[in-house]
Formats: sequence, C-alpha cells, structure tokens
Amino acid sequence: MRARYLPVAAFAGLIVAIQLATHFTGSAYHLTQLTMTAYYSLLIVGLCMLIGYAGQISLGHAGFFAIGGYLSAFLTTRNLSSFKGSGFISLLSKAGLLVGRADPYGGSLLNVHPWCACVVAIVVTVVIAYLVGGPVLKLRGHYLAMATLGFGVIIYRIVLGTEFLGAADGISDVPGFPLLAGLEIAGKSSLRVPNYYAAWGLVILGMVFLINLIHSRVGRALISIHGAEDAAGAVGIPAARYKLNTFVLSAVFASLAGILLTHYNGGIGPSEASVMKSVRYVAIVAVGGMANLWGALSMSLVLNYLSLRGYFGTFDDTVFGVILILIMLFAPDGLLRRHLFSDLRRFFSGSAAGEEGP
Amino acid sequence: MLPIFYGKDTDLEFFFQYLVAGITYGTIYAIVAIGFNIIYNATGIINFAQGEFVMLGGMTAVTLSQYMPLPMAILGAVAVTTVIGAVIEILFIRWLRGPSVLRMIIITIGVSILVREIALHIWGESVRALPYFTGDSVTSIKMGSVYVSPQVLWVVGVSAVAVAAMIAFFNYTMLGRQMRACAANRDAARLCGVNAGNMVTLSFMLSAAIGALGGAVVCPITYVHYDSGTPLAIKGFTVAILGGLGNSAAAVGAGMILGILESFSIWVLPATYKEVVSITILLLILFIRPSGIFGSAEASRLKEF
Amino acid sequence: MRRRTMIVLAAFVMASLTAGTTWAAEPIKIGAILSVTGPASFLGAPEAKTLEMLVEETNKKGGVMGRQIQLIVKDSAASPEKAVSFAKQLIEEDKVFAIIGPSTSGETMKIKSIAEEGKTILLSCAAAEEIVVPVAKYVFKTPQKDRDVVIRIFQEMKKMKITKIGVLSSNTGFGKGGKGQIEALAPQHGITIVANEVYDKAASDLTAEVTKLKAANVEAIVNWSIEPAQAIAIKNARQIGIKAPIFLSHGFGNIKYVEIAGAAAEGVLFPAGRLLVADVLPKNHPQKALLVKYKKDYESKYKEDASTFGGHAYDAFIILLKAIEKAGKVDKEAVRTAIESLKGFVGTAGIFNFSPPDHNGLGLDSVEMLTVTKGKFAILK
Repeated sequence: MRARYLPVAAFAGLIVAIQLATHFTGSAYHLTQLTMTAYYSLLIVGLCMLIGYAGQISLGHAGFFAIGGYLSAFLTTRNLSSFKGSGFISLLSKAGLLVGRADPYGGSLLNVHPWCACVVAIVVTVVIAYLVGGPVLKLRGHYLAMATLGFGVIIYRIVLGTEFLGAADGISDVPGFPLLAGLEIAGKSSLRVPNYYAAWGLVILGMVFLINLIHSRVGRALISIHGAEDAAGAVGIPAARYKLNTFVLSAVFASLAGILLTHYNGGIGPSEASVMKSVRYVAIVAVGGMANLWGALSMSLVLNYLSLRGYFGTFDDTVFGVILILIMLFAPDGLLRRHLFSDLRRFFSGSAAGEEGP
Repeated sequence: MLPIFYGKDTDLEFFFQYLVAGITYGTIYAIVAIGFNIIYNATGIINFAQGEFVMLGGMTAVTLSQYMPLPMAILGAVAVTTVIGAVIEILFIRWLRGPSVLRMIIITIGVSILVREIALHIWGESVRALPYFTGDSVTSIKMGSVYVSPQVLWVVGVSAVAVAAMIAFFNYTMLGRQMRACAANRDAARLCGVNAGNMVTLSFMLSAAIGALGGAVVCPITYVHYDSGTPLAIKGFTVAILGGLGNSAAAVGAGMILGILESFSIWVLPATYKEVVSITILLLILFIRPSGIFGSAEASRLKEF
Repeated sequence: MRRRTMIVLAAFVMASLTAGTTWAAEPIKIGAILSVTGPASFLGAPEAKTLEMLVEETNKKGGVMGRQIQLIVKDSAASPEKAVSFAKQLIEEDKVFAIIGPSTSGETMKIKSIAEEGKTILLSCAAAEEIVVPVAKYVFKTPQKDRDVVIRIFQEMKKMKITKIGVLSSNTGFGKGGKGQIEALAPQHGITIVANEVYDKAASDLTAEVTKLKAANVEAIVNWSIEPAQAIAIKNARQIGIKAPIFLSHGFGNIKYVEIAGAAAEGVLFPAGRLLVADVLPKNHPQKALLVKYKKDYESKYKEDASTFGGHAYDAFIILLKAIEKAGKVDKEAVRTAIESLKGFVGTAGIFNFSPPDHNGLGLDSVEMLTVTKGKFAILK
C-alpha cells in the first residue's frame, strides 16, 4: 500500500477503536455527537482543500451546507398528495422518484424519495457553485472574502425569510435516508452504530479522494497556483478553471454533509447557514493548518465534538473567535504543522520571529 | 418599482415618507462605512470589528447616562470606545510583520467575536436605548406631508458634522496630512519622519470614535444590544464598497442610495428580504465594478498594509 | 507528524470517554435546553435564571421526595442542531428525568420525536401550536395558546367596532404562529385584514412597513412579535402619525420593550399573563400570591424586572414538582400521567387544566387585557 494511504488506515483504525471503546464502556451515546461531527468534518476537509490548496478563502461555506440540507429537507417533507392527479406528479411516481409514507401523526404523505432529493440538491449546489464561483473567484483579497461572506448571508436570509422553507423554525420531521439492507441514516438510537460507521466511512472516502487529488497532476497544479498564480499561468496551467472546479468540489462536500446531517438530525434550521457557522469552519481549517487535510480533520473532530457536547457552555462562539485570533497572531500556518516543535523552541528562546507564510 | 403602478398607494406623500425612511437607514450605514474607510485608508485593512464600535458606543452611553447627563454620557462613551479602539490595535495589529490580507481579515473577525462576547458577559442580553435627545419617541416634525422624528435630524446633523470634521482634519491639520501621507506611501512618509505605527493606532482611534458617536446618536431610534454590531458591519462594508473603498464622501452617497433602495424594496418584495437586496447589490458591484460607483479603477487596487 | 496527531487524538478521545462520572442514584436530574445566549437570549436568559433560582430554593427546603434536584442547563443558542445533540445527550448520557425547554419553537419541533422515543418528559417553554397539536405523550408546553390571545384581541376589537386591520409580524416562529392564527380566525370574528407585513426580527427601522399600513387606512394594527423590534414598529407607527390603536401579543411581556418604545408605548393593548401586573391584582385573585412571590424573588436576586418569558420556565418547574408529588414516586410514566391529571393548577401564565388531549392546559382566561400607562403595565379597564 502506498505511503500516502497509511494515515487513512490509521485513522480508520482509530474510528473503529473509538466505537469499540464506547461499546465496552457502555457509553455508546457518544456516537451521536461523533456522527454529527463526522458530517461537519466532511465539509471542513472540502473547505481545507479550497483554502489551503487552492488558496481561496470562503467565509460563506455554511451557505452550501444549508442549500443541500434545506433542499433535501424540503423535497422529502413537502406533501405532494394534493397534486396526485396532475400529470407531472404521476409521471414522477411511475419513475419511482416519489415515496408514500405515513407521517408521525397518522396522515399520509407523498414526498420525493430521499435519493432523488439528494441528487437534486447536489445538482442545484453544483449549478449555484458554478454561477457564483465564476465571478467571485476573479476577485482578490478583501473583495473575495466579502463576496463569499455576502453569499453566505444571502442564503441565510433566504432560508430565514421564506415561508415554505419554514422561516425561523426550519424544517422538521425529515425522514431517514435509506441505505441498503434496511439501514438508514437517521437519528434512531437503534441505528447508532451503523450510522457512525456510515458517516465516518464517507469521510474516509472523501479523504482518500482528496489525497489522490493532491498527489495528482491537478493537485500539483493547485499548489503551484497557490504559490504563484502568474507563474503557474505562464507554464500553461488554467488557474481560473482549476480554482473554480475546486470551489465547486468543496461546495459539493459541504452540500452532501448538509443533506446527510439533515436526515440524521431529522430537520434543519436557519442557524446552519449563519455567518458564525462559516467563521467556525474557517477557524477549524486555520487551526489545523491551512494546507493540512489531516490537521483540519483532527481539529474538526476535537472541536466540533466538544462544541456539540456543550463543553464550551455559553462561551461557544467566543472559543472560536479566540482560536481565530490566537492562530492568526501566533501560528498562521496552523498548529499541527511539520516544524511545530522547532518553532516553539525558537519562540521561547526569543530569537526573531520567522517569516510569515501566505 | 415606483409606486406609480400601485393603485391608491400612489400618494406622493408616501413616496417621500419612504424616502425619509431610506435616508435614515442610509445615514446609519454611512457612519459605519466611514469608519471602515478611515482604517482602510491608513492600513489597507478592512476592520470587521467596526460594527462593534458602534455597538459599544451605544451600550456605554446607556450605562453612563445613569450617572451623568446625556451629553456627557455620549462624550464619555466616545472616549471609552476610542480607547478600546487603540487597545485593539496595540494588542492585535501593531506587532504583525507583513501579514497577508487573509490573516488580517480573520484576525478582525476574531476580534469582533471577542468584543461581542465580552459585551454579552458584561451587559447581559437585554436591550437598551438612550432617551431621545429632543422630545420623545412620538414627537415628529411634519415637513410637508412627511413625518420625521427629530432624532433622525440629529442623526443626519451629527453625521454631517462628523464628516465635515473628518474632511477638515485630513486636509487642514498636520496630523491628518501625515495620515494621508502614510496611506499614500508608507515608506516615503517614514522617510519624512512620520511615525507610521502611531498613524495606524490613530486611525483605529478615529474610526472607533466616529463609530461610537454614530452608535450613541442612533441608539434612541433603534435600540442597542450586544448583538447589534455584526449586521451593521455587513451593511457598512456594503456601503463602503459601493462608494469605493477608502472614499468617505462617496460612502455617504452610497449609504443614501442603499438605504433608499432597501426602503423602496418592500413595495416589490416581502420585508424579510430587505437584506437580500442589499447583499445582492454588494455582489453585483463586486462582480461588475469593484471600485465602486464613485471610485476609480486605480484606487481599487488593494492597498498594502 | 501524522502519527503524533493520531496519538494525541486517540488519547484525547479515550480520556473524554472514560471521564464520565458514575451516576449517583440520589439527586433527581433535570435537564434544561435554553437559548441563554444568541438570537433568542431574551427568552433563554430569564428562563435559565428562573430555573436556577427555583432549584436553589427547592433544594434548600429539602428537595423533592427527600432528594435534591440537580439542574443541568445546556445553552443551545437557538440552534436546532445543538438542541438535537443536547437532547440526546441529556436523555441517553445524563439520563435526566425530564427536560425543560427549549426556548424556541423551531428547536422544540426538532426534539419532539427524540423526547418521545426516549420516553422523557419534555416541558417546552416555546409557544407554537404544533408542539402539542398533535399530542405527543411526553411533550407539554407552558406558554399560553396563540389562538386564545388572538381571540381575546378580536373580542376587544369587537367592543371598539374595529373591522379593518393591518397585521405586522416578525419572521420568527412566534410571529409566524400568531400570523397564522390571526389569518385563520379573522373571518369568523368579522375582521378583514387589509395589510399584512412580515418584518425581520433584527430590523432597525420599520417606517417603510408601517407606511404601507397607513396607506391602507387600517383601523387598528396588530403587531405580533416576541423580539425587541416590535417596539421599533410601535415608535415608527406613532411617528408617522398613525393614531389607530395598536394591539400586541403576549410577546410584549417585558418592561424593557416599554422602555425602548418610550412614549409611543402609551395606550398599546395586549393580552398577557398577569405577572406583569401582579401588584395591582385584587387580593383574592388565585394567582396573586404566586406572582408576587416570583416577582419579588427574581427581582431581588437578579436586580432586573421579571418577564413573562421567565415565567414559562417557572411554570414548567412547578408543574413537574407538583406532578412528582402527586405521583408519589420519581417514575417517568407515573409523573407523565400525573401532569395530565393536574387541574386548577396555579401558575404564572394562568391556571392550568391538563388532560390527555390537552398538553398545554391554558385557556382564554389565562390572559388579561393589559395596557401601558405612564410607562408601566396596567390592566385595561
């Protein structure tokens, strides 16, 4: 096995070890927060690819998470029973795209099948990412940051202000996402262990994909773009196209995370699209090391898990703000980087501060 | 979009009432934008914590007004916020060497979160308001068929005075000219004996002062709350970019335009989409003409810190 | 480096898993999911303070059935995903006996099924009808029904011979709920809605919205919101010369809103719980003693005015306590049934009459038509 997959195997081993530990200590309830963390981590590794390797900041990535989550939630809860007679609906029904089920209170529902909804959500995300990414990625510096921030705010305002998306209450009673063999991605406690493995399995797949991407021609091109865009252009690398594709890829990761977490939680609310969430994701990528996928993943695991358990109490947002400040002031390349110990030694021995990276 | 198309709602008086509402919002946004521009001009940094200065101005003024008469409370609030602005600069910005734009943006976002959370833990979550400077919450002056609260006149008046003072400061005082020199070419300014580091601190202080003044004077109309800084910051930099980053006079004009557009937008869209309107305008400007309506392409080349 | 990361990670995770303290059987654990900070902090913060005050008081008196109460407060900051995570954590890990909260309807709807599945009593402090309609066995709510508040408003309007109204509501769950009830009930009370605007809860100026109402020549305005922005709407309406009566919802139940509305708040009409006028209630009113005590205790402990929002948490707690006493044992099923059988129970929001189909227990008489006179709440004569 190639050396680059060694960490993947180690990580997979860690995941299994955690689950077994919870099994033997009878503390399987931890799996809930760990599963939710997995989905957030999926978004974060995609974002790390964008910020670290393609060098593009995005302060609005929670927007893509929300697009995926809300679209799938809406399609799988919107009752189409009243439209049964219409031609379009019966066509969809015959194509197997709709599913009837009983709602929790005894009525009967006709909704879009979760798989179909997932596909629709991802397609819409890709379209939006291309439409928005094209002009946005032509910007630089502050303008780029603000454009992405603005995008995130627009999505937040749209989901907050739209009646049929639940306005401030969001969408509830979202059904589970069926997998094979009777399993589904849902919050039922009986399905805790399978859900845990499904979530982290997906993250590991995502990591493998990204690692392969980094080591491929595309990845090398991205690193060169990040380092010196004009020079990269001079050797024939279509920088704009690669950046855009990376943007869309990270958007798809975010959207997929949104879709599956919404099915797991059984609902979604506007808070998932808020600016604070986007800032939180950037903070985690920053602290893990901008161009360090494993760093971002491990920081995501730790920080999201703690946050979801309420460890930070009323200081939840504060923690991420302080992390941002401290990392940017003292360790702009992140915490878990190669020269961490030698840098610390240098710092404490009082010699001049090292050069700052991009 | 003009009211002409809507039946009996076409009375001209409502048109002007909307206009006044738009000017009210616009002035609030312009004040925040001017704060952005001052710091941007001196340092090339966009200070995401600008909205928090406005919030701090209002909160501190309310607290101080319990112990001293209103005018002194406002001056006190401005003074305190100015000091906080200086502290922020010294603690977080001053000793960075050649940081990237990305780093600066992230630091100021972190600072804005920190300031907001500290405000929450000091003042709690309840809302506060200052008393109206003249009259109370129902007095209004009838100008033609339009009703205007005297506080709105205060907001417009104080903003006008503040902008005039800024212009005078930058053009006619030694310190102001030094700041402009620093903004134009830092090394050359240093060679002439200007202390660039202090200029940066001064810019933060000025920005904080004007933000706090705006916050205090707007506080009676709306209310202030530990969370009120962030939405203002977003609107503020929309206006700053609209007018052209760094151009404070244009920020006033851009503020009016945005405020009026938002105000009239409720004829065609539900009121909850007002912010969508302003952000869409921001994105359009960024895509089409990032130098802003009044800015020049040359000025839009980003400054170095 | 990567190996180092792995080891650190693994160690951390192992440590946190084994760090859970063994659960002592003695204290009764009650969980609370409240929006102490964040966009709904004006709800969650008073609720959390009220609960802490009550738990301290109860424990001083010896607890309940000889056992102390352990309160676990989780700050969800109005995020449904946090509410979901905390609900599961409280039920499965902390094994709480009951959960009080959440503060907002959106969060409550997300954890309704979790509470049902976990067979844990949930006493929500949020107002939406869907929380108890359809009824879920373990889920209750303590705020008054929107429907009753709306009916009370319409009754008053009938007395004032008002038929054309303008509706303003905020874009939150509370606003949406009220708007829905107003639209549904207006026809049968002879009311026509001629203008209907939804405003953003964080709006700083609503002149444009109220101008639209003025243009429609409304005879009265109903402003349904629980956030501070409703005060701005009141001010703007009066400033542009609207003289029509302004009705508000029970979401106005906080003196701070009156303060920021200033003189514009004079004469507004709103049905609300009697906590706000506790001092002027007649001596023999069944709620008087409780309300006066709550007000006094809260204000002396926290140096701020009591609001009806905190009262919802107060009611949740005392209902739970009473039900435990009535059931005679700390058993979820028994206590649940006991809650359903509570009749004539005096709370801050009104007098509760629970039953299996009615998990809210409050009726039309739970609200009193109040007004604001000289900057203070008063009963409308």
